[in-house]
Amino acid sequence: MIPRLFDYHAPTSIDDALKLLGELGEDAKLLAGGHSLLPMMKLRFAEPGHLIDLGHIANLKGIRLEGNELRIGAMTTENELIWSPLLQERCPLLVEAARQISDPQVRYMGTIGGDISHGDPGNDHPALMLCLGASFVLRSPAAERVVHADDNFFLGTYATALQPDEILTEIRIPLPAAGSGWCYAKLKRKTGDFATAAAAVLLRMKGDTVEDVSIALTNVADTALKARDAEAFLRGKPLDEPAIAEAARLAMAICQPAEDLRGDADYKTAMAGEMTRRALRTAAMRAAH
Amino acid sequence: MGLEPNIERLTQLEGIGCARKRREDPRFIQGKGTYVDDVKMPGMCFGAMVRSPYASARIKRIDASRALALPGVIAVITAEELKPFKLHWMPTLAGDVQAVLADGKVSFQNQEVAFVIAEDRYLAADGADLVEVEYEELPAVVDPKKALEPDAPAVREDLAGKTDGAHGARRHHNHIFNWEVGDKDKTARAFEQAEVTVKQDMLYPRVHPCPLETCGCVASYDKVKGDLTVYITSQAPHVVRTVVGLLSSIPESKIRIISPDIGGGFGNKVGVYPGYVCAIASSIVLGRPVKWIESRSENLTTTAFARDYWMTGELAATKEGVIKALRVHVYADHGAFDACADPTKWPAGMFHVCTGSYAIPHAFVSVDGVYTNKFPGGVAYRCSFRVTEAVYLIERMIDVLAQRLGIDKAEIRLRNFIRKEQFPYQTPLGLEYDSGNYEPALRKVMDAVDYQALRQEQAERRADPNAEWLMGIGVTTFTEIVGAGPSKMCDILGVGMFDSCEIRVHPDGSAIARMGTITQGQGHQTTYAQIIATEAGIPASVIQVEEGDTSTAPYGLGTYGSRSTPVGGAATARCARKIREKARLIAAHLLEVSPDDLAFDLDRFVVKGSPEQLKTMKEVAWAAYNNVPPGLEMGLEAVEYYDPPNFTFPFGSYVCVLDINRYTGETRVRRFYALDDCGTRINPMIIEGQVHGGLTEGFAVAMGQQLPYDEQGNVLGGTLMDYFVPTAVETPVWETDFTVTPSPHHPIGAKGVAESPHVGSIPCFSSAVTDAFAHLGVTHMDMPHNAYRIWQQSHALGLDRH
Amino acid sequence: MSKKIMVSFKLNGLDTDVVVEPRELLIHTLRERCVHTGPHIGCDTSHCGACTVDMNGKSVKSCTVLTVQAEGAELLTIEGMAQGGELHALQEAFMQEHALQCGFCTPGMITRAYRLLKENPNPTDEEVRYWMAGNLCRCTGYQNIVKAVQYAARKLRGEAVETSHPLLGAEQSTEPVTA
Repeated sequence: MIPRLFDYHAPTSIDDALKLLGELGEDAKLLAGGHSLLPMMKLRFAEPGHLIDLGHIANLKGIRLEGNELRIGAMTTENELIWSPLLQERCPLLVEAARQISDPQVRYMGTIGGDISHGDPGNDHPALMLCLGASFVLRSPAAERVVHADDNFFLGTYATALQPDEILTEIRIPLPAAGSGWCYAKLKRKTGDFATAAAAVLLRMKGDTVEDVSIALTNVADTALKARDAEAFLRGKPLDEPAIAEAARLAMAICQPAEDLRGDADYKTAMAGEMTRRALRTAAMRAAH
Repeated sequence: MGLEPNIERLTQLEGIGCARKRREDPRFIQGKGTYVDDVKMPGMCFGAMVRSPYASARIKRIDASRALALPGVIAVITAEELKPFKLHWMPTLAGDVQAVLADGKVSFQNQEVAFVIAEDRYLAADGADLVEVEYEELPAVVDPKKALEPDAPAVREDLAGKTDGAHGARRHHNHIFNWEVGDKDKTARAFEQAEVTVKQDMLYPRVHPCPLETCGCVASYDKVKGDLTVYITSQAPHVVRTVVGLLSSIPESKIRIISPDIGGGFGNKVGVYPGYVCAIASSIVLGRPVKWIESRSENLTTTAFARDYWMTGELAATKEGVIKALRVHVYADHGAFDACADPTKWPAGMFHVCTGSYAIPHAFVSVDGVYTNKFPGGVAYRCSFRVTEAVYLIERMIDVLAQRLGIDKAEIRLRNFIRKEQFPYQTPLGLEYDSGNYEPALRKVMDAVDYQALRQEQAERRADPNAEWLMGIGVTTFTEIVGAGPSKMCDILGVGMFDSCEIRVHPDGSAIARMGTITQGQGHQTTYAQIIATEAGIPASVIQVEEGDTSTAPYGLGTYGSRSTPVGGAATARCARKIREKARLIAAHLLEVSPDDLAFDLDRFVVKGSPEQLKTMKEVAWAAYNNVPPGLEMGLEAVEYYDPPNFTFPFGSYVCVLDINRYTGETRVRRFYALDDCGTRINPMIIEGQVHGGLTEGFAVAMGQQLPYDEQGNVLGGTLMDYFVPTAVETPVWETDFTVTPSPHHPIGAKGVAESPHVGSIPCFSSAVTDAFAHLGVTHMDMPHNAYRIWQQSHALGLDRH
Repeated sequence: MSKKIMVSFKLNGLDTDVVVEPRELLIHTLRERCVHTGPHIGCDTSHCGACTVDMNGKSVKSCTVLTVQAEGAELLTIEGMAQGGELHALQEAFMQEHALQCGFCTPGMITRAYRLLKENPNPTDEEVRYWMAGNLCRCTGYQNIVKAVQYAARKLRGEAVETSHPLLGAEQSTEPVTA
């Protein structure tokens, strides 16, 4: 449980970090909170020659509202998400979800940007980003581009659209409409575990019918999934039990989970359905009608 | 004499029965404990183990040249290096041998192959990475039933052709022993004549005690003096000394084994592991201290599992539910080496306590030990030897019978209990229960939880087809067997399972006491002092209790199987009485009366009928060093080696109420009520703490712990990501209660308590989980009762959405 | 490759410099170089919390922090919890409520609870359980740990607490708190 030797770099600006990343190439890894990377390095599953610590770059942190968009620095920790008055008021889905990630100590260190960039389908932020319609600011030495979470950013297990010379610097989330209901329903074996299955829901109601809904699923495929068929089915319909059941069925239909000690594909798929139901029901209770 | 001063003196003594605060705590709450990994010695180097990735493979070649070329790597040892010292194999407690480092073949995944010694732990890890081992993978077998098929791969080539093992005949190349107890024929007849019989297969899965501190040691051999000192995570340091002496040919007088503060044991730290032997051997060769500390994954996948019992139980009974006979067969999966930690003569430990709290006239048990390509062990995880398995079996079986007959689970227990007047009770499997009073205990619990109301609520829930949450009620009324044990029955490597205490009273009336046991969190420094306080009249606050250093403590067999109070505590009480009786002679001399004229009153001797004439223990202690009666030795000290006449038999009644989500398999423990009877209660605060801990470990085992294997013999789930250790969030709130039925043969009537809640709670959770589905015909569900497995049951019954 | 780096931090208020390989984990620096052996190693995989220390006002698992990440940090370990010869309320509480047995998790538990009570001086039992869920204990079943944190919370809020440990309390203050 000892990492291999590596060199350590602690740039204080994004430009310096990008420069280092360009120079060191594939042998370098970015260090954010370190709670995915360092355990992998201690097991010697990951053996980078260089670590570039993003922890000393001040402008990678912070949560602010700019126009109709929440802007979250990539190095913002889960604990900072949880205690952000802005998010508590304007994007409680993110707060509720962050509270269900790992444990208190890990949340002090774990960052939203690290969680997204790692490309682990077990991580919770990918589905949240899909659900919230977030986009990501990716900086390279040459340029900055903004990629929508839903635009093929999550490519597979440990694979994202991030290029080797790019750093995720900021997460942009369109403000959920006032009166939206929300829920992150996560089934896990214990504190600190990844989801057996989880569902993120953002819901806007008009009277008893669904005006708009966004549903995304965690850890039931090699990436987080947007449950588009379920969403399309629900729009314009009353959110009664048969409709919820059909939405859950449609969400389950896109699941392709891998079997592990948490359960086989049947169980995880069924749990994706259950979490979808739970999240929809809870979101409906919280939504303004 | 008025009452007031007595209470004051009683309070000052802090003797048996008081909730004395712990003397261990000040160092721990300040980070000043000394655990093995805290030990640093000049010139200390560090060892790391190279382990096999395969469950079964031939070792074609080991090349350590790259590791040895790394600056800072001192040596790499393999079986070849250990051979000249005859240390490449070591004897196990179960009469088998175990490879210290693999000798040409590996038989389980993560088996020890080479040991790399380097200047620090970073370099040792780097060195271990550079040792190249070439393997030829061989077929593996992980299921004990398949292991006994004629063409199953042989786990142990070294035993080829050996038809006898330590426990008699072997009938197959993977067979270790067959152990039978009870009257087979009479039991068979009872089954033939029975009105009702039930039969149930159940698997008690492979689990691990997982103390928070892993195993490790620091071995230091002084080449000049020829002395070996080993700091070690051991629950039995004296036994380790004897084993190390046997292995190394160093006289025990030149070996000092020290168990410092131990970060929990729970059975994991009873055995002698290859890492210890490698560290000791390296230190002897190098003449430098060598530290070896295993990682959590090494701990969970190599140093001693528990359970892995594949059991079949049968009960014969009348239609009214009166049990006539019990028959049990077990396939005991011992892994690749039989390193089971049982008393020598008992290959299945005390499994024959499996007739439980019930008056069962006939019983027969047969256990087959089997080798598989899994890591060795078979330790008692917070229980006496194989008692958790035994209690699980009988408690599950009686539920199965109740369900078959349509009798309430509490009622059928009441119908079968051994009655108070039947004690001491001879069981059909040869044990003599010392004392018990089972019915009042169960009735007290039933009243406390309002059992009838719970059953009523459950009936209503079951009647509602739309209920998302199913309700289950579990009941157990268990009897444990602890305090091994009488040396006529129990030994380890030929050493009888006595235990010991030595007390020295200083001139100022304070005292030091040393025992052969070793605390790992049980609070011996607190409770042993309480026993001495009551028995010898010395305030507990001035009694220093020390354990764990073989150079100072008297020989004892250590702490496991709830031995400490039944055996070590008895030794302590009797040793304190020796002090008291010598003190009586001195007091009589000082008061110029006959010893018979003195009455012992808490902390003093008083002349009978003349209470103003007295000598306190403090005064006597001073006199012991300057004014003793003629013919009496100076000083005030005593030693006691206590060989118990019998085991003790604590018992308890538990009720668990839980709710299960039929769609997800999630479980919520709503209520858990635990009544324990451990005889005389030494410290109620510590007892409650032990019960909380035991229940929590039982909860972990029942609801989530297991170390599964795939077909190739890869151990799955060997980290705390997968291996279930509940946090404060998952852990239920516990309710505790007690009755007191003293042990008639124990000097102070105490029976031991720490393991009962583990032993008793596990079947109670299984009882409750199964009960949630019982109205649909489910009689048993194997552990662990995690959400996935419960959902599978729900799914099979069509209760989920499908 | 892998030049050693000098790292400076404040450890329990004392300026401390260490020279380490970048790969060195903070737990090893604290235990081996700074001889602060209160924080323990229980799992290596950031699950058990025995290695918890306070870094810049956050509870962190020092087995999963590189020492180089602690440059300029304020570190607080169990060794720094008692001030001016007086135990911290949490240390007193853990003894009072029998919230420890083998003691291996205790330094991490207390250090974590310290930060919890800074952030939430008046928690419910459920909140204590939730915010302490990064620390495993195999001995106590947590029930008395919850009680101890609540005892300390009361004391830190200035409310009355009942102290009965013989090594605590004013009248016993002459006895040194060692064992």
